[in-house]
Order: sequence, then C-alpha cells, then structure tokens
Amino acid sequence: MKNKHEKFEKNVGLFAIFTILAISIGGLVEITPLFFQKATTTPVDNLRPYTALEMEGRDIYIRESCNVCHSQMIRPFRAETERYGHYSVAGEHVWEHPFLWGSKRTGPDLARVGGRYSDDWHLAHLLDPRSVVPESNMPSFKWLAENTLDGELTAKKLSTFNFLTRNRSHKDEQGNAIPLYSESEIAGAKKAVKGKTEMDALIAYLQSLGHALK
Amino acid sequence: MSSFWSIWITVLTLGTLVGCYLLLRYCLKNFVGVEEGEPTGHVFDGIEELNNPLPKWWSTFFLLTIIWGFGYLLLYPGLGNFEGLLGWKSSNQGILNLSESKVSVIDAKEAGMLVQYDREISAADKRYGPIFEAYAKREIIDLATANDDEAISARKVGQRLFLQNCSQCHGSDAGGATGFPSLTDQDWLYGGSPEMIKATLIHGRKANGMIAWSAALGGEQGVKEVAAFVLSLSGREVDAKAAEAGKVKFAMCAACHGSEGKGSVEMGIALGAPNLTDNIWLYGGSQRAVESSIANGRAGIMPAWDKILGEQKIHVISAYVYSLSQE
Repeated sequence: MKNKHEKFEKNVGLFAIFTILAISIGGLVEITPLFFQKATTTPVDNLRPYTALEMEGRDIYIRESCNVCHSQMIRPFRAETERYGHYSVAGEHVWEHPFLWGSKRTGPDLARVGGRYSDDWHLAHLLDPRSVVPESNMPSFKWLAENTLDGELTAKKLSTFNFLTRNRSHKDEQGNAIPLYSESEIAGAKKAVKGKTEMDALIAYLQSLGHALK
Repeated sequence: MSSFWSIWITVLTLGTLVGCYLLLRYCLKNFVGVEEGEPTGHVFDGIEELNNPLPKWWSTFFLLTIIWGFGYLLLYPGLGNFEGLLGWKSSNQGILNLSESKVSVIDAKEAGMLVQYDREISAADKRYGPIFEAYAKREIIDLATANDDEAISARKVGQRLFLQNCSQCHGSDAGGATGFPSLTDQDWLYGGSPEMIKATLIHGRKANGMIAWSAALGGEQGVKEVAAFVLSLSGREVDAKAAEAGKVKFAMCAACHGSEGKGSVEMGIALGAPNLTDNIWLYGGSQRAVESSIANGRAGIMPAWDKILGEQKIHVISAYVYSLSQE
C-alpha cells in the first residue's frame, strides 16, 4: 500500500480524469434527474408560445443583455411575492431556450411584468427611463424605436423552437406532442413582424412575461 | 420523480458520503512505514517532507460534517423521493395553475408538511390580516378624511403601496407625467368619487375612444382648426378664423367630450374623455401636442390591479389617492 497515490500525483492526465469524475457527481445528482422530472418538463396549463413579434422581442432582450440587470425568477419568499406576484415555477419555463432567469437585480424582477404597465409606459420608460422613474439608473434604449425588423429569420427561429421543445410541448388526446408553432404560423412569421420596430417587439415580449400564472 | 432517478440520486449521494468517510479513514492510517513526525526522505530544493499526520481538529471536523450530512438527509428532502422526517419543503413547485397553487397550500397543511413559503405567508396574514380587515370595514371616504390613529395609519399604508405599485406611472408625488394623469387635482378622467377610484383600480381602464381623427377631419387643415377651437376653450389666444371652423367640426368630438368640451365626467358617463376647458393637459397643452392627439389618437391604459393587489389593499390605496385631492 506504499504511496499508491503517487501514481495520481505524478500523472497529470490521470489526475485530471479522476478530478472530472469526482466533480461530475454533483451534476449527475442535481442536474441530470431534472431532465426527466415531470415538474421540469410539463408546461403549466396556460402557457402559450411566444408570438412571432414576442420572439423577436425576446432576442432583443438577449441582445441588449437586459438579463444582466433584470432577473426573471421570483423566489418563494413573501418579500418577493408581495412585490412581484406568485413565485416562479419550473413549468412556466419549460420552453425557454436559453433561460433568462438572470442572477442579479440592479433593476426589478421582470418575471411577471406583463400587463403591469401600459405599452405607452414601456415606450416612455425605454426611451428615457428617468422621464417616469426619476431615481432610475437604467440606460436609455432610444435606438430600438429607430431600428425596423425585416423578419428574415423569424420563421427560422420559430421552427428552431419547435425542434428544441419537441419533447416538452402540450400533448393531444392520443399523447402526441403538439408542436409549439403550426406550419401556417411559421409561414406567416415574416409578415407578422416585418415593418415593426425593435421597440414594438421588445414591448410585446415584456407584456407577455408571466402570462401563464396570473 | 420515477423510482429509477430516485434510486440514482440516493445511491450517488449516500455513496459519496460513505466514500468521503473511507477516504478520510485511509488518509488517517500510516502506510509509509515512517514514524510520525520523522522525515519521509522526500527532499525538493532543500525542503524536507516530514510524515506529519492530518491535524486532529481537522479530521474530527471532517467526520462531523459527514455525520451532519447523514442527519440532514434524514430530516430534509435530499434522497430522491424521500421527503425527509420533517416534511419540509420550500414551496409547492409542482403546480400547473393558480387554483392548484391554492389547493396545494391546503393539501400540504393537511398532510402535515412544513412548507416554508406557506408558513411565511400565514404568519404574515395572522399579523397583517386583522389590520387590513379593520381598514376594509370603514368607508373609503372615512379612511381618507378622518383623523383618528387608524385612518392616519391606513393612509400611510396606502402611501407605501402607492409608492411601490403606482408611482412608476403617476409619480411618487402622484403629480403624474405626460400620458399619466395627476391624482392631486380635481380633474378626473373617470370620476373622482371614492367608489370610482376604487373601480378604476380594480378593473383598470382602457381609453380607446380617442381614435386617430386626421382622416375624418379632412387632413391637416381640419386637425389644425379643431385644435385651435379646443385651445380656445381654455382661454388660449388662437387664430379666430380657424377656431370658428373648428367649432363646427367639434360636433364629432362632442359625443365624448360634451358639446362644451367639459368631458365625459361632466356628462355623467365613464368614457375617460377629458375636460378640455380646464387647461390641464394629459398629453401636453402645446399646439403641436394637441394637434398630435387629435390627428393620431391616444390610447391610455390603466392596468387592472385586483389580481395583483387584492381588494383589501386596493381599498386602502383608494383612500390614499382620494385624500390627495382633498387637501
């Protein structure tokens, strides 16, 4: 039994393999089972897919890195639910790719911001946040109102989401998966967003947030 | 969770704990054949390695954490489907809609589960529930104007709720902003009675009557004329000729704003058509702003708050809002 560990300590490759094995146990226990758990793969009752315009808005949300300052995850504490509404559940997010939960709140949580303010408010707020909230430190996003969507990629985005959620969509009576977007929705996607501004899209996306549990 | 994944988690978790214990035991034994504290014979760069054992305090704590781990897994949910002896969980995650959420609270209580979030809420309800109930028993107008301790504290609570939920649009002083009405004056779009304020808060308001009038008024010229007439209503100096022409066209506007332009509240109907004679302008009172309102229309929306705040809180906010215009 003398100094058996010398083998690992003097062999970097072997040591790395055993290290990876050791640290992957955490993931195997905590992450892998979630891929197969009902609560994380079944959509909540009222969950609906993003419309074409909302989908474009979501991409703008990602592009402008809104998730860096805004979370979309209401934790089950009274202090949070009093302000933001019912705590977030996994079934609301089963179609999200990628998740936009965020991990930092410089601004408030947005998981249920939909319907809380009017479109006009969002417009005023995104153009000049301090015009409505004087103490806000949010940057202005003026250019969103000037950029127009061409919709070239919208249909592709919708069908990509059909592919990504193929095992997690609603089921029909025979238990077959219903695709998120029908063929006619995909075909009409370009028309649905063409000519709209990025501002329209982002506001539409924001107004959709949290719709499933209200 | 299926029993396969439950077993998977249990085996890996317990296996890791046992593995940690075996590793600790292995490391505590002296296999190198050198007395403790004596040199092992490894020398590097003039530094000699002694065969020192693991510190006692360290290995004891390591062992204690392993024992703690077993105790934790016994009490709390950690091993697959095993719920733990305490029956503790943070929240009811498996719900598919809001009514299930409500049912799950009752179910968990009956099953003797300790749901952390539910406990937090019921503790708060116990503490704050009677306060809000006492407020709800009194009329809004009473809460808004009385000077007893309860009414004063109700208005303070109302102010807090207002700052948190309403100030984003109406301003922290309730003075409003372009497109968002001031709540401190006597000019009300839907009526300023306590009941009307409460109804507005509960159901929200959608002003969709002000459509774009440009085409109906015959383009830019017509819009300019009506704007001139509208501005003259609050005593502004305008081109008299244009205003005269606008007055005729204003007949189209009279259905909502009234023939004298005093607004729908004056007419006793809740259309949200503002009074145009008081020099208070929701979307700005410059000639350009008024022309733009006429030409392009306006569609202000007040969100409905009943589902977000509940009736009792809205009752208190209504009292606070009503009190603002009474000073």
